[in-house]
Amino acid sequence: MIASLGVILLCQLFGEGLVRGLGLPLPGPVIGLMLLLGLLLLRDGVGAFARGPLGDGGVENASKGLLAHLSLMFVPAGVGVVQQLDMIAAHGIAIALVLAGSVLITLLVTVLSFLAAARLLSLWVSR
Amino acid sequence: MNQGPFSLWVYLSQTPLLWLTVTLLVYAVTDTISQATGRNPLANPVLHAMWLIGVFLSVTGTSYNTYFSGAQFVHFLLGPATVALAVPLYENRKLVVAAILPMAFALIVGCITAIVSVVMLAQLAGLPHNVVLSLAPKSVTAGVAMGITESLHGDPSLTAVCVIITGIMGAIVVTPLMNALKIRDYRARGFAVGLASHGIGTARAFQVDAIAGVFAGIAMSLNALVTALVVPVLVALLVR
Repeated sequence: MIASLGVILLCQLFGEGLVRGLGLPLPGPVIGLMLLLGLLLLRDGVGAFARGPLGDGGVENASKGLLAHLSLMFVPAGVGVVQQLDMIAAHGIAIALVLAGSVLITLLVTVLSFLAAARLLSLWVSR
Repeated sequence: MNQGPFSLWVYLSQTPLLWLTVTLLVYAVTDTISQATGRNPLANPVLHAMWLIGVFLSVTGTSYNTYFSGAQFVHFLLGPATVALAVPLYENRKLVVAAILPMAFALIVGCITAIVSVVMLAQLAGLPHNVVLSLAPKSVTAGVAMGITESLHGDPSLTAVCVIITGIMGAIVVTPLMNALKIRDYRARGFAVGLASHGIGTARAFQVDAIAGVFAGIAMSLNALVTALVVPVLVALLVR
């Protein structure tokens, strides 16, 4: 458990280090995600990596444990709404409508793009 | 030695322990209620934990900074949880590789739509310049969106709140919307909600369907990448 968390944190640490060191316009945890994915794939190819938390499913279990409580992690930032009460009094309704409109448009456009591309691909493959 | 309950409160209300405990307990309650309603989207645990804790803070006259000194331990986990998304991605890699082209297309189109629609609507609504800037990255996960807003000289704390609200709205609306449209491809449904509503949408998708959750997680992480690159360009083009 501890070693598995250590591997996850290490990936994030390398991610943050790369982002800072190379001035990448990317969030560190996203690089960390790619590093962990790389480690998991490397483990399947190279036996030497299949040990410790990477060998016994430890990293997988720790990750699933974290992801099971993903919602909780948004609560502290969300409570930040108490700092924005003036802004909400002045523009709250407009902001809420703008966000709602944008979410609906984004959901529709994204799902339809995905389905259209999948349909085109299957037509092209079956030809 | 006995200074009464008030001085005890004064002491405890300044410790991280109290606010970490409040965060976990309030969330445990709202999450239990959400489970009891069969994960009804309106019983979203984040939404109700947010306002309950907010009311508690204002009733007790506690500043957000004091609250955050305890809650930061939970907030910190957003980073490792983003890294942990590698695991569902890895376990479903065959599905993902098979759908790589639709995903790439939906990612580009959806990412641009998310930014352009919110910036245009905000300008139409006549919102002030710094609010428009702070809304632009609203579809990506909080930590990333706050960084983007900082680089645009917007207000990161406003961004954080808008990110959470966007996430909750998407999580509430996605299931009824997709059912009404009779869309049964859970890859597409998950991808859309992960792109539009980041981690809160992804958490919702995992509740509905495991495949939807995986695709939501992929969309969330890829969108964080692409949005960070695209927002500065689009804002320069659209915001006057």
